[in-house]
Amino acid sequence: MNKRYLSIEQVDKTFTRNNTETHVLDKVNLSVAQGEYIAIIGHSGCGKSTLLNIVAGLTSATSGCVILDGKEVNAPGPDRSLVFQNHSLLPWLTVYENVALAVNKVFKHTKTSAERREWVLKNLEMVGMSHALTRLPSEISGGMKQRVGIARALAMEPKLLLLDEPFGALDALTRAHLQEEVMRIQNELNNTVLMITHDVDEAVLLSDRIVMMTNGPNANIGEVLDIKLPRPRSRIELAEDPEYNHYRREVLRFLHEKQKKVETIGARAAVGPTKEVAKSAAQR
Amino acid sequence: MTVQVNPEESRIAALSLPSADRVGAEFKRLGHWLMSRVFPPMLVLGVLLLLWEWLCSQPGAALPAPSVMLADTWELIVNPFYNYGGNDVGMGWQVLASLERVAYGYTLAVIAGISLGVLVGKSTWAMRGLDPLFQVLRTVPPLAWLPISLAAFQASHPSAIFVIFITAIWPIIINTSVGVRNIPEDYRNVARVLRLNGYENFTKIMLPAAAPYIFSGLRIGIGLSWLAIVAAEMLIGGVGIGFFIWDAWNASQISDIVLALVYVGLVGYALDGIVGFIGRRVTRGTAA
Ligand SMILES: Nc1ncnc2c1ncn2[C@@H]1O[C@H](COP(=O)(O)OP(=O)(O)OP(=O)(O)O)[C@@H](O)[C@H]1O
Ligand SMILES: [Mg+2]
Repeated sequence: MNKRYLSIEQVDKTFTRNNTETHVLDKVNLSVAQGEYIAIIGHSGCGKSTLLNIVAGLTSATSGCVILDGKEVNAPGPDRSLVFQNHSLLPWLTVYENVALAVNKVFKHTKTSAERREWVLKNLEMVGMSHALTRLPSEISGGMKQRVGIARALAMEPKLLLLDEPFGALDALTRAHLQEEVMRIQNELNNTVLMITHDVDEAVLLSDRIVMMTNGPNANIGEVLDIKLPRPRSRIELAEDPEYNHYRREVLRFLHEKQKKVETIGARAAVGPTKEVAKSAAQR
Repeated sequence: MTVQVNPEESRIAALSLPSADRVGAEFKRLGHWLMSRVFPPMLVLGVLLLLWEWLCSQPGAALPAPSVMLADTWELIVNPFYNYGGNDVGMGWQVLASLERVAYGYTLAVIAGISLGVLVGKSTWAMRGLDPLFQVLRTVPPLAWLPISLAAFQASHPSAIFVIFITAIWPIIINTSVGVRNIPEDYRNVARVLRLNGYENFTKIMLPAAAPYIFSGLRIGIGLSWLAIVAAEMLIGGVGIGFFIWDAWNASQISDIVLALVYVGLVGYALDGIVGFIGRRVTRGTAA
């Protein structure tokens, strides 16, 4: 298997607005193997979404590059589908039409219209939304919207699935339910996934590797934690598992001790200490 | 006094007439609707008519009372589609002639207005260049355009259409450009990830996303068109409800004028309702 299916190389990002520069990402490097599930965790505002958007091609890196399956990424495309934090379904299209828009575009020349229809239905069935095909996004719950967003992303058969806090806005029960579904689908399709999350349990439960980012500005990858828990994983059994709890503790320690959130009084004040911590974290 | 209903019997009745309850409920709802929505305006209208009748039947009243008016215009009311040639045609024809002009002018305004609105909404340069111009031109009263268009077209028919066009276009441009500029980043990202081409992006993302704004522009536009056509026709003559009013004024037929005003009001209300209805259908309920 290709160990460097996706590689993020020396990615730097500086935002310039009204003559003030914010150096958000500082030389981020990451390699991801095909079929790997990566969770990215870090404090709010450290640049996780920025990194994901660079991989998606929606934002361009100031320097450095992203290579997916041997090709450099410099524009958005259907080979990297996104699930946004706020679902971003088109409100004037029904559930079916939202997925069909993507499917009809991506498989315009490779599938017949009957096959495309079949494919839309199959993906909606996979996330358990077959019962609401003709509903509008305003008529379904937040969890359902997120499922349709996932179905739309999966239906594009992307090389890389990018999830930006896909369950962040959901209640704990719905979130747990969708996590199970994503694990089941991942088992079936073996997608390569990059998922941003704030939730430590979610990161440990779902991923093969947790990438922990240091606080911004000048954010970087602080630590990477391999999660060697066997699959399929069950949240109930894992609750007692010492290994699982060890991983949890590692992530919590990183977030709350090493990268204790310095309440930014001004971004500049945080530059000094954060950089120190980042270095020491990287050295460990 | 009390009527004993055999419970067995009443159950059978209920079984044989399963929809009796539903029909009753429907009637109740209809009655409720009539009481709450139709009755109040009818009552107010009745009171106003009575007041008018009373005021204008005083000696020395300048305007005709409703009863007099009705008698005066009865021929016109019952016969909206007569045609004695020339300008002497029924009210139906007059209104249709005006509507035809509005249809031409408004259609042109819709096409040009949405295109320009999209341009201004998409391109910052176009916005900076055109917006000040639009802001100034849109405050010019419709009739002020008439002399210029008469001079340019040398004919009354195209001039009237031009006045409609220039009146309706501003709210359409402005609302469309605001709608296009306010398309959420998320929707644009969807288009970018799917690599929609320009045409697909326009029809599948931009138009529907901006549709609620566009339709509120279209609705203001149709209202303004109807306001402008009546005024413009007064000046240019020919068949049309505006000129009919002017003609009636010259012949001192006040009753005809009042009748024409009723027509103008009802048609304007209908036009607004039609555009609003289309808007709700197209945007699936998100437009006002
Ligand atoms: N377009 C932009 N212009 C200027 N600064 C930006 C822009 N986008 C993001 N930033 C800044 O970059 C930093 C990182 O933002 P980003 O959205 O990537 O954070 P995040 O880690 O995703 O946070 P959260 O977990 O809250 O979503 C923030 O400080 C933000 O202010
Ligand atoms: Mg974010």
